[in-house]
Amino acid sequence: MPVDIDIEERSVTAYISGEIDHHNAGELRAKIDSAVENAYPELLVLDFGAVTFMDSSGIGLVMGRYKLMQNLRGRVAIENAPRAIKKVMRMAGIEKLLSAENRREESLV
Amino acid sequence: MKPINEMKLSFESRSCNESFARSAVAAFIAVLDPNVEEISDIKTAVSEAVTNCIVHGYRDGIGKVYIHVKIFEGARVSINIKDKGCGISDVKKAMEPLYTTCETGERAGLGFSIMDSFMDKLKVRSTPGKGTSVTLEKSIVSKGN
Repeated sequence: MPVDIDIEERSVTAYISGEIDHHNAGELRAKIDSAVENAYPELLVLDFGAVTFMDSSGIGLVMGRYKLMQNLRGRVAIENAPRAIKKVMRMAGIEKLLSAENRREESLV
Repeated sequence: MKPINEMKLSFESRSCNESFARSAVAAFIAVLDPNVEEISDIKTAVSEAVTNCIVHGYRDGIGKVYIHVKIFEGARVSINIKDKGCGISDVKKAMEPLYTTCETGERAGLGFSIMDSFMDKLKVRSTPGKGTSVTLEKSIVSKGN
């Protein structure tokens, strides 16, 4: 499960690509968490731009990272989610993480 | 009613087969010319059902997952996914949104909600100790549009 992680001064961005299911969510989670635990960012951005499939394992992944960032008093933002992936997110009511007020620039003010 | 085409598949309940299972079902129904959203809905629902067999049905080991896809007149697709695993003692409870028996906090408890909302019909039958059978139905209406 490919994920490129970009660590900046106050944020960590995970560029996820391919398919997110139960089989590969664990590896993805481990890679993202290890970056977050090293960098202690204020903001974790999950970029879904190159994700081609996601089932509810992706919801678990987002919810778990949301809890992790809450413990660090930080936030999570979701960027570039394709339509089909937004549809799955809507089932869990986590599309609020996609909202405009959660954009990178504003959350770093 | 007799199907106009059907396909049966069985495979071991290894998580690496989740991707194979949803892709195989999608490939079989491609002849109906579904649009991107219909394909994505079906793949997502199949992935949820197969993951349930692997994570819950066969939680203590490896067993066989069985898929039977039927295509009926009018582009109606019926997909049965079953396991011979531990079964569910309270199906109604298991189908409640956000209900999960997973304790790691990484499963959302939305599998049945997604199957129900992404497909036209969802039927779940389960016997504790015998296994679980999930039937998903959807009519392909788009004809590629």
